Amino acid sequence: MTTLNKINYLLHLADNALIIGHRCSEWCGHGPVLEQDIAISNIALDYIGQARNFYQYAAEIINSENDPSLGFVLPATEDSLAYLRDTPDFKNNLIVELPNGDWAVTTLRLFLFSTYQFYLYNQLVNDADTQLSAIAEKSLKEVTYHLRWSGDWVIRLGDGTEESKLKIEKAIEYLWPYTGEMFINNDDSISSDWNKKLSSIFHDATLTIPAKSWMQEGGLKGIHTEHLGYILAEMQYLQRAYPNSEW
Amino acid sequence: MKEDNKNNIISEGATVDAVWAILKTINDPEIPVLSITDLGVIRNVGIQNQTDSSEPIITITITPTYSGCPAMDLISVQIKMAMIAAGFHQTKIEQALSPAWTTDWITENGKQQLKAYGIAPPVGKSFDNAYLEDLAIECPQCNSKNTTLISAFGSTACKALFKCNDCKEPFDYFKCH
Repeated sequence: MTTLNKINYLLHLADNALIIGHRCSEWCGHGPVLEQDIAISNIALDYIGQARNFYQYAAEIINSENDPSLGFVLPATEDSLAYLRDTPDFKNNLIVELPNGDWAVTTLRLFLFSTYQFYLYNQLVNDADTQLSAIAEKSLKEVTYHLRWSGDWVIRLGDGTEESKLKIEKAIEYLWPYTGEMFINNDDSISSDWNKKLSSIFHDATLTIPAKSWMQEGGLKGIHTEHLGYILAEMQYLQRAYPNSEW
Repeated sequence: MKEDNKNNIISEGATVDAVWAILKTINDPEIPVLSITDLGVIRNVGIQNQTDSSEPIITITITPTYSGCPAMDLISVQIKMAMIAAGFHQTKIEQALSPAWTTDWITENGKQQLKAYGIAPPVGKSFDNAYLEDLAIECPQCNSKNTTLISAFGSTACKALFKCNDCKEPFDYFKCH
């Protein structure tokens, strides 16, 4: 892996954690009940922490290269990478930037994505890069909780009332075309493990897995949905308007 | 006077034990009954004595409980303050992620402190998949094992919320991690 590829891969992992963490944080103070509000805010916090670890590591490599032609603000910091990159620079999967929608969309998205992360981090734990494997090891424990919590919600909504089932079926229809992108550039074992987990949870939830269909992609190349720009506008506004401000 | 003595002893020759003794006096900001040494977040203490008899450089390696735990920054500041109070001005804090912190590192003393404070200590060993089983968590108030999980996420990243079906009290569980 070239150094630039390595930096871009770390940014991909960081951006995924940051953006899904931001989406989860949008529920803070708006959760359906207090305990679930606390749960999703906790999950947001885990993700922001993971994003920080990946950004810090990416910044360390960028600074040791010290090469302006790589296109990063020097010296790079976790903050410059999160706050001073624009939409086409972000390399997150499209699924994490989609709006929260209702509780069904939010919990199903978290289930689909954290299942993927669970198997990915399980693999990265054995990476030759010891810093990357250390971050994966730390994150894996947290993702395991996210997976369990969101999987429980998928079962509860799918195997719940007529209305809850209708809502999660709509959520599946909405999110499904964004699931394929997670497996680009990854080992087939991740996609087959993901499918197995999905089958088992959907079975308990009395839900049907959609047929194979055309999949959206572009996030890895910086081609995003219209939603990412709005997240960044809100998240980056302060640093853009008042550079280097702190509080 | 006592403080002065302590400072003198330490500045004459810093020992790893002396630094651990200082760290032992610092409590977790979220769980004020638990010392950070009992919590198991101190990974290492290194002392680098200077040849020119200036103050030794002390490196303390800490590990976060959870990636996003906001208490880590505060713990770092508390360590530096406590070290300065004990006469050490050259303290470096380093962070290590691997091996990842686990509740197995909470000391027996720490577990007892948690229980006395009303937080059920972690049950079992972490990461042998037992965390996915529904374990019988003991109520810290009445010791009943007839308890129910309310939420897997509690008031801080490291806790879950339970209620006791016997004494009816809700309580925090320091989850196995």
